[in-house]
Amino acid sequence: MKKELTLFDKPKNVKILLICFYCSLGVLLIAEFFIHPHPAFYFEQIKGFSAVYGFFSCVLLIFLAKLLRLIVMKKEDYYDR
Amino acid sequence: MTGDLLPPALIFIAAALLVPFLRGKTQAGYMLLIPVVSLLIIMNVPTGRIWTFDFWGYTLIMGRIDKLSLVFGYIFTIMAFLGILFALKVKDNLQHVSAIVYAGATLGVVFAGDFLTLYLFWEIMAVSSTFLILASRTDAARQAGFRYILVHLIGGLFLLAGIVLYIQETGTTAFDYIGLSGTASWLIFIGIALNAAAIPLHAWLPDAYPMGTPTSTVFLSAFTTKSAVYLLIRTFPGTELLIWIGAFMVFVPIFYAVLENDIRRVLAYSLLNQIGFMLVGTGIGSQLALNGAVAHAFCHILYKGLLFMAAGSVLQMTGKIKCTEIGGLYKTMPLTCLFCIVGAASISAFPLFSGFVSKSMVVTATVNENLVLVYLVLQFASAGVFHHAGIKVPFFTFFGHDSGIRAKDPSWNMVLAMGLAAFACIFIGVFPQPLYNLLPFTVDYIPYTGAHVVGQLQLLMFGALAFALLILSGYYPPEIKSINLDVDWTYRKLGTAVYGFMDRTLNAVNRNVEHVLMTVVKGGSGFFRQITVHLVLFVSINLWLLQGYRDKHLALKKQRLYDDVVQGTFPVGIGAAVAVSFVVLIYVLT
Repeated sequence: MKKELTLFDKPKNVKILLICFYCSLGVLLIAEFFIHPHPAFYFEQIKGFSAVYGFFSCVLLIFLAKLLRLIVMKKEDYYDR
Repeated sequence: MTGDLLPPALIFIAAALLVPFLRGKTQAGYMLLIPVVSLLIIMNVPTGRIWTFDFWGYTLIMGRIDKLSLVFGYIFTIMAFLGILFALKVKDNLQHVSAIVYAGATLGVVFAGDFLTLYLFWEIMAVSSTFLILASRTDAARQAGFRYILVHLIGGLFLLAGIVLYIQETGTTAFDYIGLSGTASWLIFIGIALNAAAIPLHAWLPDAYPMGTPTSTVFLSAFTTKSAVYLLIRTFPGTELLIWIGAFMVFVPIFYAVLENDIRRVLAYSLLNQIGFMLVGTGIGSQLALNGAVAHAFCHILYKGLLFMAAGSVLQMTGKIKCTEIGGLYKTMPLTCLFCIVGAASISAFPLFSGFVSKSMVVTATVNENLVLVYLVLQFASAGVFHHAGIKVPFFTFFGHDSGIRAKDPSWNMVLAMGLAAFACIFIGVFPQPLYNLLPFTVDYIPYTGAHVVGQLQLLMFGALAFALLILSGYYPPEIKSINLDVDWTYRKLGTAVYGFMDRTLNAVNRNVEHVLMTVVKGGSGFFRQITVHLVLFVSINLWLLQGYRDKHLALKKQRLYDDVVQGTFPVGIGAAVAVSFVVLIYVLT
């Protein structure tokens, strides 16, 4: 039997991963001040627009998906009945 | 020189027929050789119209060779190779034969220069792909396959009707740009759009594709929809309707993808979403947009194939594919996990992965045309794609809760196929120029600018932050064993309900009408029979009186004649003879 990977069983490793993740977010926000911008539309001149848009897109996605579930979700045997 | 070579489509289809007669390694080597030979031919054909045949006064063009058809020819052949490699150890000749015929028919569609050739290969495609769904040999697959072929035959009829009208109007079977104008073009458009799974003609895809075998879904994901996208780029570029259909497709399926429990159904919905990007590009119709649509189709075939291969590997090794039943597989399937993450990063358009260099062309095209709303929808969807295909698929499959399943990585050929696809995804992402050189128009586009990279990373990483926070806070919708209703409800439930309604109402009307009619007819027939009897009696009695019959004799003759006429024992032949003699009499007298 081959050895299993247990990388993410240790809470310490998960914590390190999350910290790296949060740091990369900070780096991305700072990086925007050091690049040559060419905004597509006027609202993209705002620093961090993409970050805010990406975040709220996903929150809205989940919120609307939860609402959608109320309408479209059926038991697995729905079509067999 | 190349005039002597056979069209790749015919090579595939003819070669497929020999597959059942071979065994083991010979069969494996032979099958892998088919796409290789085909690729060599495609690389060496001259541009123009070749492989033309005369057929009942029409010219069949099996080789319309230009940059647009070539780039699709390349990617379909490459994908056929990867798919065959992935399915190499499958002990089911039905799957091998139908997959190879299917790939060949797709190449036939791509290189077809006239409508007759196109329609021929179009229908071969529909039939051969149905066998790939049926190959699972489960009840659910049989039913889904049946719905699939019905939908595609109806789509084929639309296309055929359009083609017939088109030939009648233009007098030629050859086609190129058509554009939406008049009945013929609309019928053709609907026929093609159905194969492209354009909303609202999309429901067959998430219904049928997840029912395939672990290996057959890889073929299914590549060919039908992208050959239809190719045809739309060829015949309907710049059709504004496609922008709106595309934007809708980019938007709506991601909600379903978030909710779905079956990993392959999640991928099917994200397939719809990706086609949306291609349709937006086709609808805009500028050179950059069309290049973007083609490039995105190219990259998409590779990474979606890769993702379906990873899902297929999981299904093959564990027998399960639902989020609620799997999880924690990275521990024993590290390679599959790694390749899945590459596919996920590519579809999410992470910098250095293939989706980034193709999707951004379409997005930039919307900026150039000043389509603010479409731009915002595409960006929303980009974050959403990362959310469901980029994070959800690998997370719930390989991480998430530990399901306790300890399945190993699949056999070498499956790992190799995934590895090659993953390599291609990264190679295109890092060196986009070779792909750009294949595109139909000259590419004047640089994907790697500081603003673009940082903007895209912000969009994706903060989307990931939302995922992480929602998961940690427990607000994320839990995976539930369920199905989600889609448009196929109309023909699966509503259809049955309508049938029941028709049965109860229309058939009741039918029965009543029949009852009334039968009463009237019976009464009428009785009346007319009586009339005849009395007429016959009246004539006969007068005749007999003249002949001198009286009293008893007359009564007896009258009674016998009456019985004969009423009971029908009167020989029919006599009636006919009387009728004929009447005609003869009239003929003689006049």
